[in-house]
Order: sequence, then C-alpha cells, then structure tokens
Amino acid sequence: MQRALRPKRFHQLWPFYLLAAPGILYFLTFHYIPMTGLILAFKEYSPFKGMMDSPWVGLDNFRQFFGTSDFYMLLKNTLLISLLNLIIYFPFTIFLSLLLNEVRLKVFKRVSQTIVYLPHFLSWVVIYGITISFFGPSGVINHYLGQWFDGSANFLVSNEWFRPLVIFQSIWKDAGWGTIIFLAALAGINPEQYEAAKVDGASRLQSIWHITLPGIKGTIVILLLLRLGSSMDSNFMQIFLMTNSLNLDVSNVFDLFVYHVGLEQFNYSFAITVGMFKSVASLILVLGANYAAKLLGEEGIF
Amino acid sequence: MKLKATWFDTIIVVIICLISLLVILPFLYIIAVSFSPPGDSMAGNFFIWPKHWTLDAYSYLLNANTFLTSVKNSVIITAMGTVLSLFVSITLAYALSKKFLPGRRIMLLVIFFTMIFHGGMIPNYLVVKNLGLIDSYWAVVLPAASSAFNIMVIRSFFQSLPESLDEAARIDGAGEFRILYSIVLPLSKPIIATFTLFFMVQFWNEFFSAVIYLNDTSRWPIQPLLRQMVAISASNISAEAAVDASLAANLGPNVQNAAILLAMLPIVIVYPFLQKYFAKGAMLGSIKE
Repeated sequence: MQRALRPKRFHQLWPFYLLAAPGILYFLTFHYIPMTGLILAFKEYSPFKGMMDSPWVGLDNFRQFFGTSDFYMLLKNTLLISLLNLIIYFPFTIFLSLLLNEVRLKVFKRVSQTIVYLPHFLSWVVIYGITISFFGPSGVINHYLGQWFDGSANFLVSNEWFRPLVIFQSIWKDAGWGTIIFLAALAGINPEQYEAAKVDGASRLQSIWHITLPGIKGTIVILLLLRLGSSMDSNFMQIFLMTNSLNLDVSNVFDLFVYHVGLEQFNYSFAITVGMFKSVASLILVLGANYAAKLLGEEGIF
Repeated sequence: MKLKATWFDTIIVVIICLISLLVILPFLYIIAVSFSPPGDSMAGNFFIWPKHWTLDAYSYLLNANTFLTSVKNSVIITAMGTVLSLFVSITLAYALSKKFLPGRRIMLLVIFFTMIFHGGMIPNYLVVKNLGLIDSYWAVVLPAASSAFNIMVIRSFFQSLPESLDEAARIDGAGEFRILYSIVLPLSKPIIATFTLFFMVQFWNEFFSAVIYLNDTSRWPIQPLLRQMVAISASNISAEAAVDASLAANLGPNVQNAAILLAMLPIVIVYPFLQKYFAKGAMLGSIKE
C-alpha cells in the first residue's frame, strides 16, 4: 500500500526531472563546461583558430610555469597567507568561541554575538574602504602616528605591512562568524560533566581545559583539516583589492597571477595552466585532508 | 542557581566588550566622517563625533548620476539574482530530496564534485564570453545562480518534512507541481527566508564578476564603483582611470565614507532579519544525512 503512493513509473516521475532540469543545466553549463576548457592548458590557444583547432603543445606550458621563479614566489605567498591564517585567525576564533561560551548573562551574550557576526555580511570592497579610512595615507592611524610620534607608515603600499593587514582584515570580518560552528559543538557537551568537575573542586579554567576543549576536539580537527585542504586558495577578493604594484612581492598569489596573465595579458593557455595546477593541487589536498580526518577516527568531511 | 559574578566573569565580559568595541568603532568613524566637512576629517580632530555636521556628501552622491546608476544596477542584479537563485536551487533541491527518484545519486555526485574541483577563472570567463553574456546583467547573475552547498542545505531541509504529507496529497489527486507549490513551499518558509536573504546579500556584494564581465561601466553595480572611489585616495599607483571624472574630482573623505556607508546600508538594514535565521541556517549545513 505504502509503495503504491510513491511515483515509480516515468509518467509519474517526469515532473521531478523537469524540476531538476534547470539546476542540472546550470551545473553542467557553469561548472562542467569550464572543466573542458582545461584542455587549453595543453594547447597554444589562438583566438583565430578557436579552442578545437589551436595546436597541441603537450606539457610545454607546465614546463614553462615550473621553470620560472614566479612559481616559487606564488607558492610561497599563497601558502604563507594560509599558514598565517591557520596560526593566528584560527586559534583566535576558538578563543572567541570559548569566551562567548563562558558568558553567563544571556542578554550580553546575544548582543555581543550580534555585533561580532555583522562584519561577515559586508562586502570585501566595504572592508577595503574601511581599511583605507584607517590605514590609508591620510587615515586615522597615520594621523595619530604623525601627531604623537612624528611618523607615518605606508601600510597599503609596502611589503612588510601587507600580511599583517590581510590577517587582521580576516579576523575582523570573519572571526565572529567562525564561532558559530564551535558554539554549536560547545552546546552539545553534556552539562553533567561540568557539574561533576565542580563537585571535584575544578576551577573554571580547569573545566575549560579538561572538559570544554576535549569536547570540541573533533570539530577543531575537522575545521583545521578543511583549512589545510584549502591552503592553495587564498581569499582572492580580499587579496585582489589589497594588492598594488608596491606590495606585489608578497601579495601575488596563484589566483591573482591567473587574473593578470589571463584577463589582462590575454595569455589564456598559460593562465589556464596555472589555474589547473592550483585546482589539481587543491583537489589532492582536500582528499588528503579527508583521508587524514578518517585516520584520526573523525567522521571525515565526506 | 543564583548567578554570582566572579573575577573570571568580569575578565570575560571586559575582553568581549573590547572586541565588540573594535568591531563597532570603524562604523562610528565612517559615519562621523561622512557627516563632516572634508577639512575636519583631514585635520583629524575628532574621532566618532563630528565637530560640524553637514549633509554635503549625501546630497552630492544622491545627485551624482554615476552613483545613482550603480545603485540602480545593483538593485536590478540583486533582484534578478535572488529570484533566479531561489528558483534554480529550490527546484533542484526538491527533486533531489526524493529518495525514490532514479538517477538521484549520480546527480548528487555531479553536484558534489563541483565543491572540490572546478575549471577556474579563465575557463569560466571563456564560457560566459562564448555564451555572449559579456556586458549584460546575466553575466553577473547566471554563473552564481547556485552552489553545491546551497543545494545540500535546502535538500536536507526538504528531507526533514514528513513524507506522508506528499502521499496524502497524491491520494487526493494533487499533481507534483501542485504539491510543491501549495504544500511544501508554505511549510518551507524558514529555509526560503534564510536563502532569500542569503542570496540578496551575495548579489548586493557582488564585485569581481562585475569587474571582469562588464566592460561597459554604465552597467556597473555599486561595489566596483565604490572600489574606484576609495582606491583613488589609497594610492595613485593602483587607481585606474576614474569612471567619471567629475565624480573623482569631488572625492573628499566625506564623500568616500558616505559611499562606503550607502554601499553597506542594505546589508545593515536586512541584518536584523538575517541574524534570526542565519546561525540556524549555518548549522543546518553541517548536519549530515
């Protein structure tokens, strides 16, 4: 009886396929057709001959890419920004989650959460604009540096300030939002554990160390691995806005290089080669991270 | 249990207050500069309370054609994008929520794979170009119509609805579209509200696809224009030719900060509505089947 109520034959099923069609068409057009463009990495693309008739060049583009010093610079810049995010932004998010979790006054907790989530919804352009208002040549910081210390700093057009600024922006924009997933994990810890610890005379700091942190260990490991898996992706929008010719030594990451080579110099084949290297390296990292998560006895990402 | 504040609670509250202050201060400063005459903020003699109030920056921006055009473009792109994204995501997620649908696994796999591998920037650009979308709003809207993540979250919501509901409707002779429209969608208000706001924010904040797909700057939404307006003051090195010479000539810090504020205003307005849904929505995404 139950079974008969579920559509089984095509004349009952076609409405579902019709509903799925626009979405599937979207994924095929804007995600899978671009993948076919990757063959241009093995060709010397000529707009006059088109994608199919451009001559094959084998691995020449890859050889050229790995042979330049650009490759090492891009790899270093990309990984350094990811690494800095991993050792500064990531622990800060956990720290903020622990703080919020310890707040006992419900109203205060809700208000402060509302405040720290907000920047997540602003565009990177707005964040960039705010950054200029503060760190620009005539920004507040430089004004007070001049007034109090007789000095000024070229925050936006120097190599040494680029990474600190970018990490600071990431924390300002997303650390609050990043606490959500930890707070969800924290809410799942059995309160009886805290009661027991209290009876045993544990201080709040001791409970955090022995109960709270172990309680979210799984979440921390998964998120850490996810971030490791995406080390090849820098936050392109953020970097794109913050970059200029005076900090290019440290700001040039894979995505930015692809943009310059492909869309400014119209060297499609070479840009696709670089992009493809990045996509494949990312794929390997993500699969590796997932494998590592499973080895550690966690559920894995997928 | 009575709450007794200890030194520990005090320290926590103080640290959180400091962090919150660090988030709020930039907003207050931006607002203050936007309401001050340009000379005041240059002198930097105030921080969050203007010494002299003026609406010059706002009246200037609201009379600047370039700026108004970009707002209009943003509104169009946001409206188009939100409607299209909702349509594409909901219909696909609904179909995929039906466990009896043959071919469901392969479709899910096809969608899921896009989360871990993609063609990249240039192949995407070539597809948009070959479809003849350059310089049309569709170039910004279509490539961002959905994502694997959206599909997964909406699908898991649909799966949480009782199946017996559809079956009862089917017995009563309702067609599948009718079931979706009159029964499922009204029950899905929370998830639809979440994603409506989610998509609105996404398209309002859209910046990069406008830069690469819209050569015709009269089609530009607000974000790329804002970037040009603020970049001019950051360094002449990175500033390209301004879209509108007269707009550039009048760029005081008050105008720039007023533009920043207007570009984030819709977000700040929808934020209270977002706040209610988003924390839940974000967690929904982490729930496994």
